Amino acid sequence: MGGEGLGWKDLEIGFVVTEPGNASSYKTGDWRSERPIRENERCIKCGLCYIYCPEACIHEDEEGYFEADLYYCKGCGICAHECPRSVISMVEEKEE
Amino acid sequence: MIEICIYGRGGQGAVTLAELVAHAAISEGKHAQSMPSFGPERRGAPVLAFLRVSETERIKIRAEVTEPDVLIVLDPGLLQVGDVVSRLKKDGTAVINTMKSHDEMKSELSVNKLATVDAMSIARAVLGLPIVNTTMLGAMIKATGIVKLESLEAPLEERFGKVATKNIEAMKEAYAGAVVS
Amino acid sequence: MTKGKIVGLEGSFAVAEAVRMANTDVIAAYPITPQTHIVERLSEMVADGDLDADFICVESEHSAMSACVGASAAGARVFTCSAGQGLELMHEVLYIPSSMRLPVVAVAANRALSAPLSVWCDHSDVMALRDISWIQMFAENNQQAFDLTTCAYRIAEDKDVLFPTMVHIDGFYLSHVIEDMVLPEEEEVAGFIPDYEHPFVLDPDKPVSMGCYGPPFIYPETKKAQEVAFDNTRSKIQAIWDEFGEIFGRHYSPVESYKMDGARIALLTMGSCSETAMLAVDELREAGVDVGLIRLRLWRPFPFNELREAVKELDLLVVLDRAISFGMGGPVCSELKSALYNKREELKIVGFIGGLGGRDIQISEFKYMVTQAQEKVKAIERGEEVETEIIGVREGGGR
Repeated sequence: MGGEGLGWKDLEIGFVVTEPGNASSYKTGDWRSERPIRENERCIKCGLCYIYCPEACIHEDEEGYFEADLYYCKGCGICAHECPRSVISMVEEKEE
Repeated sequence: MIEICIYGRGGQGAVTLAELVAHAAISEGKHAQSMPSFGPERRGAPVLAFLRVSETERIKIRAEVTEPDVLIVLDPGLLQVGDVVSRLKKDGTAVINTMKSHDEMKSELSVNKLATVDAMSIARAVLGLPIVNTTMLGAMIKATGIVKLESLEAPLEERFGKVATKNIEAMKEAYAGAVVS
Repeated sequence: MTKGKIVGLEGSFAVAEAVRMANTDVIAAYPITPQTHIVERLSEMVADGDLDADFICVESEHSAMSACVGASAAGARVFTCSAGQGLELMHEVLYIPSSMRLPVVAVAANRALSAPLSVWCDHSDVMALRDISWIQMFAENNQQAFDLTTCAYRIAEDKDVLFPTMVHIDGFYLSHVIEDMVLPEEEEVAGFIPDYEHPFVLDPDKPVSMGCYGPPFIYPETKKAQEVAFDNTRSKIQAIWDEFGEIFGRHYSPVESYKMDGARIALLTMGSCSETAMLAVDELREAGVDVGLIRLRLWRPFPFNELREAVKELDLLVVLDRAISFGMGGPVCSELKSALYNKREELKIVGFIGGLGGRDIQISEFKYMVTQAQEKVKAIERGEEVETEIIGVREGGGR
């Protein structure tokens, strides 16, 4: 996320943020302690993971499967919990 | 500057009386200030309104009138409630709505100048209502000459619209009928 | 200079006239004594088609200010008014238009705070609003209630200001008093308050984010920006008052003086009792006392320089507070002491508290304050502790 280095003279009047949608630059992926792993062979493409994702970071790929964008995915595990075919499992993030 | 206290009961229009005279005085090019004795007024409870009129000087004081030059009493029952008359200036004027005779009232109250009128009977007859404030305007003007009687017509019309005519009639009747001495 | 016409107007109606002539777009307000006549009159004007505004009937003062924030963010010219407990319920939201730099205009009909329940005038509600970062000023009569409300629009909406602005009128003493005043020509007022454009408004074609959250890494920077901008409004406020004076012939300044030539003692007041205090000064001058009167017109931003200038020849400043900062004394007196600290050590400041919860302040009370303050100075010089006196308060204790 930008803005950490801004001084008071750099701010717009009333702390208005003039760049629309700049929240998308905010990386929430590094909040994650577990990441979702998918076994797409059993996936029926129902899209429930896409619907339930509170971060709205799951998107549909060209084949109709669903994938989480790990730049934003916080690892909450709701997609794994809701998946009716147990396609998604949460695995611990490893130290790099 | 003339300072006036108007004693009435909630619903009798003491505050309105003060406001009407203020508007009339201002329309004559005078300075005036009407001020309610502040508070959530209740019908029937004693209320007090203040009025100041000045020919030339702007009115600066914004506080209650403590020693009035003129005292208007809309309800004779209020004469029994506390020190209504005692704070009137020695050379002051009391204008009282009463069914008693002028002489009887004069003997009861020790005031320099007294105006009396049976405003309740006039109001009932002319307006069909026991609300005496506009009627008492007539007696007040006769006793004090603080504004011209006709200066009150526009404020009364502005305030009462269609029923202004009757209020003006009541005022004029009280002006004619009030006894001043 | 224009003449306008002399009219008898209640203070509340004078405010409503100013709001109407300013061609206000949105009014969101909740009625409360003693502000009620302002909203009643405004809703009447809107209903009769005399004012083309949206009148939002809200369910509380909290909602009133919230609606004002939204409307102002959309670029509308916005007005609200309240008093006492209503301002307290509004309190949380009052900080938001100022931080977001939205030029909402408000009038407060000053009222005491409960308990015990009081609908009557004092400045307890004002003093609770000291730190909301609104430009705040006091009116002394109905003319000023009109003039300052008119100026409030210009000040708030000035591109170098853009802060909400509040005019304080004493509850009942102004809000319910009818007196003669000059009502300017409508076109003249409209000319004085042209349409304004905020640099940022809610606009789908030019989206911005307003009211973002501020984590610790940026919050202090936002507050510094706000404080600098707020401090810098002083010269604009004076410039707009000067412009008003040139057009309408009535002049205002952050600190105003009365009979201060040669004065060694001065009373200091705000609001509707100021002209009563002038009469006390007249009588004391007549009796040979070198006394004058200083009135605080601008309350926020605090007029440090003008105040220091006003007191520079004085030996004694006698301050009347209409509120108590419990455990601290009179709030205005405390602020004056702080503003003058290290500036003039020989100046003595004595504070009184009076007019609480609608208790009347007569000329005699001001004369008493001046006399009594001189006695208190002697006690201070003897090294005695002098407590802040509440004028006219009964001791009792016989039970």
